[in-house]
Amino acid sequence: MILETIKSQKITFEQKVVALARLAEGSIEVLNKSDALKKYIEDGIICDLFEGNAPYRPRYIVPDYNVFMEQGSKFLNIEKPTNIWEAVHGLLILYKHVPSITTMPVYLGNIDYLLEPFIKDENEAYLAIKLFLKHIDSTITDSFCHANIGPKETKAGILILRAMRELELPTPNLTIKYTEETTDKISIEAIKTALVTAKPSFANDKMFREDFNGEYGIVSCYNGLKVGGGANTLVRVRLGALSKLANSKEEFLEKVLPEVSKEMLEYIDERSRFIIEESGFYESSFLIKEGLLEKEKFTGLFGFVGLAECVNNLLGATDKKERFGYSEEANNLALKIVETMHNIIANHKTKYAGEFFGNTHLLHSQVGIDTDRNESPGCRIPVGEEPEIFEHIVQSAPFHQYCPSGIGDIFVFDETYKSNPEAILDIIKGAFETNLRFFSLYSDTCDVVRVTGYLVKRSEIEKLDKGEQVLRDTTILGKGARDNAKALGRKLRSE
Amino acid sequence: MKLTGKINRIIKFSNVDGPGNRMAIFFQGCNFNCDYCHNPETINICKKCYACISKCPTSALLKNEMGNIVWNEKLCCECDECIKSCGFNSSPKVKEYSIDDLLESISKVKSFIKGITVSGGESTLHYKFITKLFIEVKKRWPNLTCFVDTNGGVNLQDENYREFVENTDSFMLDVKAWEKNEHLELTSKNVDIVIENLYFLRDIGKLFEVRSVVVSEKLNNKLTVESVSKAIGKKDIRYKIIKYRQFGVREEKKEKLFSPKDEELKELAKLAEENGVKNTLII
Ligand code: SF4
Ligand code: SF4
Ligand code: SF4
Repeated sequence: MILETIKSQKITFEQKVVALARLAEGSIEVLNKSDALKKYIEDGIICDLFEGNAPYRPRYIVPDYNVFMEQGSKFLNIEKPTNIWEAVHGLLILYKHVPSITTMPVYLGNIDYLLEPFIKDENEAYLAIKLFLKHIDSTITDSFCHANIGPKETKAGILILRAMRELELPTPNLTIKYTEETTDKISIEAIKTALVTAKPSFANDKMFREDFNGEYGIVSCYNGLKVGGGANTLVRVRLGALSKLANSKEEFLEKVLPEVSKEMLEYIDERSRFIIEESGFYESSFLIKEGLLEKEKFTGLFGFVGLAECVNNLLGATDKKERFGYSEEANNLALKIVETMHNIIANHKTKYAGEFFGNTHLLHSQVGIDTDRNESPGCRIPVGEEPEIFEHIVQSAPFHQYCPSGIGDIFVFDETYKSNPEAILDIIKGAFETNLRFFSLYSDTCDVVRVTGYLVKRSEIEKLDKGEQVLRDTTILGKGARDNAKALGRKLRSE
Repeated sequence: MKLTGKINRIIKFSNVDGPGNRMAIFFQGCNFNCDYCHNPETINICKKCYACISKCPTSALLKNEMGNIVWNEKLCCECDECIKSCGFNSSPKVKEYSIDDLLESISKVKSFIKGITVSGGESTLHYKFITKLFIEVKKRWPNLTCFVDTNGGVNLQDENYREFVENTDSFMLDVKAWEKNEHLELTSKNVDIVIENLYFLRDIGKLFEVRSVVVSEKLNNKLTVESVSKAIGKKDIRYKIIKYRQFGVREEKKEKLFSPKDEELKELAKLAEENGVKNTLII
């Protein structure tokens, strides 16, 4: 494996370094795993999403970049910025020192608010922002890297949207926090940008702000986390595969699901324990020392995929009318399953989840990985089975309350919406009123498309199809998701 | 008797029937008979000849005691065999809705839409029903707007239509041709009232957009666009210049109609802009 990685011509130098580090980490065993857990892992029911055997940094880190803008950084020898160039320069330096599971930062901050105080001359600011974004795309070569804007309209926000529309780059991913305060002007700009380059997504600010009691960041795919904190680990269960262990829905709810949840929670604790107590991250990182992060704002994520397959299996539903997304019985059973997991997690108090979270982990509707087959993302209706958009939203919304750390649906609109972006805003407003948490969109003509949560360029996947090297490792994941999960075959919304 | 409307189709979310996302309600029956009609099955009210019943492969069509055709939506596989077999430009898949039925449908989607649009066929033929509907919608959901999509064939200045016009927030008007004979030949109706309606709706500030379908060779598109844009220029009224497409058009009509080239459309849009139209859209 090591030699193979070294000799590979399909991956870049950077990708080799990361792969080799993973191999090194994988060569030791430091975590305590129960036999039951090992069996679940072997059977592909529980998986830690390639986090490695010896975690030495939290999976998702959500620094409070405001602190940096206020005080600069002693460790990095950077002064508090005084103009737009110093601001983007300082941030770009800092980003290189924010670790994560991918080795690259998954959160870049509310970049509009960070830059707004420095917007004096708009032409100059536009140039600075464009270079900033281009720099991020070319050096943080992984589109789990996510920036936020909003909810208030800012000059910087509008410039960022304009620049993204012009650049059509997959990184960084972008979300606009949307609330009643968000103006229609910036919302329409956001929709126009999304119809060209598949971002930003829309986050229901009110819901997130309530769940996180104030500032939160949208990171990686669509994960809500506390600013100044993050998530140590994300372990997930494949509900579709798990459902095959039960003979009835009662058995599933009362026995199979609680059992696997217990193992999951212990494993999340164990991984977190190693990071917190043994890896030295919380003692040595300058991000902690300089106040950008606080251990008490970290939690662990309990992820799941394949709710649709799970419910359809348990009900033996083959006819469309009986399946998840259509039948009331199936939808109710699905809700019951999610609620059960939510309660189990809420009752599991642990010292490995921060005080901010009342010492509990969070439920996360996970989007899946490139090798998944027969497991739809989180609570989503399988690609190809989507109902009409109105029914789709109303069906999805009830699940969103249970997953504060992330859940979302993706809608593909046809070109006609480009001449009426207000129509999409009306749909988003209604969706949020229905308590949908997160809404992503793109148009069928975009080169940049959203795969499950992250973004890829179709043209780059084509390069990969031909065996050429590509800059971003997420392109490789996108190709897998397209091939294995039809992720690019979503229902087109037209009229 | 309870007022009901014959409705061919309801689209819960539409992005082409006025501003924002709208629920579009398509009424059955039309006073025009345009060569290029894309939904010719909406032109006539079913004359109960029952020819379509036997063509339905799923037995979704039945004749009831009253002699009406009952369409069972659940059994229908949407093959449109019934429509193809109807030689009378009608459809058996038309439903009678009461105002309450429609209000219930609207209430389901009310948070997702900016308003409703009635279309056709020709919606103004149902103006009494629609007036009542609009009044009720405004009473319940004052933030929803009510739009009418019309071919302009009835005289909206007539006293009969006063309440209807008052309760409509804005109109979308087709001006299919400017020249008299051309319009008559294309639609089988005179253009005079259409043009009067154009000025009338413009002057009362209730004209959201005008639309002209461009057909090459057959129509003097330049004259139409020039005249319309002169009439609406400088006002905040959108002009949609629509490319004729064969899709859905009756077989026997197809041979005399030609789709324009994109350049022709662009030139027409330019012409409209030169005449002061701020918002022209080619589709
Ligand atoms: S006015 Fe419209 S519905 Fe009536 S015939 Fe003409 S195109 Fe068809
Ligand atoms: S829809 Fe047409 S074919 Fe069927 S009964 Fe009516 S007029 Fe006759
Ligand atoms: S479209 Fe018409 S013919 Fe076809 S199934 Fe439906 S009712 Fe029957």
